[in-house]
Amino acid sequence: MTAKPLRIAIIDESPARAAVLEDGLREAGLTDIHLITERFQLLRQVADIAPDVVLIDLESPRRDVLDEMFAVSRAVARPIAMFVDQSDASMMEAAIDAGVSAYVVDGLRKERIKAVLDLSIARFNAFRRLQDELHEARSALADRKVIDRAKVIVMKQRGLDEDAAYALLRSAAMQQSRRIAEIATALVTAESLLGPGTTA
Amino acid sequence: MSLTTLRIGFLPLVDSAILVAAHAFGFAEAEGLHLELSREASWANIRDKLVYRHFDAAHMLAGLPIAATLGLSRAPTPVIAPFCLGLNGNAITLVRSLAVDLEAQLGGRVDLADARSTALALAALIKTRRAAGLAPLRLGVPHRFSSHNYILRYWLAFAGIDPERDVQLVIVPPPLIVDAMAAGEILGFCVGEPWSSVAVETGVGDIVALGCRIWQRGVEKVLGMRSDWAQANPETLAALLRALDRAARWAGDAENRTALATALARPEYVGGSPGLIARVLSGRLQVSATSEFDAPDFLMLYRDAANFPWVSQAQWLYSQMLRWGQAPAGAAAEAAVRSVFRPDLYRRALAGSGTPLPGANAKVEGALATPLAVGSTRGRLSIGPDRFFDGRHFDPDRLGAYLQGFDTTLK
Repeated sequence: MTAKPLRIAIIDESPARAAVLEDGLREAGLTDIHLITERFQLLRQVADIAPDVVLIDLESPRRDVLDEMFAVSRAVARPIAMFVDQSDASMMEAAIDAGVSAYVVDGLRKERIKAVLDLSIARFNAFRRLQDELHEARSALADRKVIDRAKVIVMKQRGLDEDAAYALLRSAAMQQSRRIAEIATALVTAESLLGPGTTA
Repeated sequence: MSLTTLRIGFLPLVDSAILVAAHAFGFAEAEGLHLELSREASWANIRDKLVYRHFDAAHMLAGLPIAATLGLSRAPTPVIAPFCLGLNGNAITLVRSLAVDLEAQLGGRVDLADARSTALALAALIKTRRAAGLAPLRLGVPHRFSSHNYILRYWLAFAGIDPERDVQLVIVPPPLIVDAMAAGEILGFCVGEPWSSVAVETGVGDIVALGCRIWQRGVEKVLGMRSDWAQANPETLAALLRALDRAARWAGDAENRTALATALARPEYVGGSPGLIARVLSGRLQVSATSEFDAPDFLMLYRDAANFPWVSQAQWLYSQMLRWGQAPAGAAAEAAVRSVFRPDLYRRALAGSGTPLPGANAKVEGALATPLAVGSTRGRLSIGPDRFFDGRHFDPDRLGAYLQGFDTTLK
């Protein structure tokens, strides 16, 4: 006899991450997935879906609502229990690190839940790496923009060409052991506070 | 000198002020500590990250260390509270339309100084609604073990409103609570600041009662930590308590209010409007579009031994857990509750500070109608009036008799 497919509900403040997670679960053959997107009536939504597993991100304030549901499990048809108990401390820690938490109905086999949680942890971690990379790319772009603006200020004030202006910024940064972008930001800020022509 | 790093979780609420002050104004560094503050979205996160040692300590609802120690929602984990992060700070807010009905019921205005009349007027409204066949009022609180839940229930039950039958209490996370009211999901709430003030400012609701006018010295947030962490790190713990004591003294001084409000308003701490936060800190609250109310005790960060962890306050919380069927009765549970608040650790850490230290560990809560000079191991100490609005006294040695005195106790 094969087990009934797991029904999974996902609550995530980030729709993009929810999609990444759903995608991963589907690839693993878990197809009965429900995203909970409405902000209110969480209890009713979960009760209507009647999931075996609820996955929730740790950035969601609604975790306290789910927790309450767990505390008064008579409110839902089947009692919901936090999956990871004290004996599963290492998995709980991995889940906390990844930023995800799981609630499951009582009586499900642990191996089935473990597979879902392992996958969620992996997807959450992958999503965070992507975000970090995106953030780095964005800040590199922002750095370049501010350095360009600072170069223009130096070029105008000092009558230098672009290469010389950049060299000046770089040597100032080296002398003060700071990043060029920091020096550039200070210069651009000073210019905007004091007006053109006063920063030289 | 190298600093000892401590990871501390907090929720973005105005009563995280002492931790924020310790972090932002150098009080932690002065004690050799580097605080890594982690802004969290739920009390469930705070509890789990503390239990699983991701945090060394945390800003906690005072009921949470008790619930964790008793194992009320997870396997029991001894968590202690050696320092209170302030007293009071809560308000009860009703959606505008209901506040208007309440004003009419009260003959034109809600008097924030008179929580009794307001509760009775609400009870009358609830009766009228019931007679008209309307659904019970749905009211939001942040957490089942929060003082907001207990204070709201205490206030409702005084007027004969059974919180389990005559209203529907639901859990709503504070950051969503004003939106939930605006969307009609809830018609009232009891919550910490800035959320009641935000409801007033956005025209969604009016403040109709204040925590400090229901219990004048109500326990609110504490610094919580695993008991085993405290045992293993006594020197670090003492340094942390000294840093928080200095930060509390600074934060409680009206002269520093603007600086503190400006820091709290930064997005990495609480976020929001510095002006609104400064008003909350001053206790001069905008309670409706047209009225202010001055409550100097609204949120107390330092004076009157506000940080001293009275064991009797933990016992009062436990009495309410018993009253509402949340916790088991019995000598074992009572002994466990007495081990949660740790005045001994507070005294040991602050023996060399200028902060007066109460000589007793517990008091009869609600017995003081006027400020009283109390026994103190050093310095002059007076503690302010700590009355409950219904005039009851809570003697922690007479728990059973106290609970029998409530006629709305669920049978």
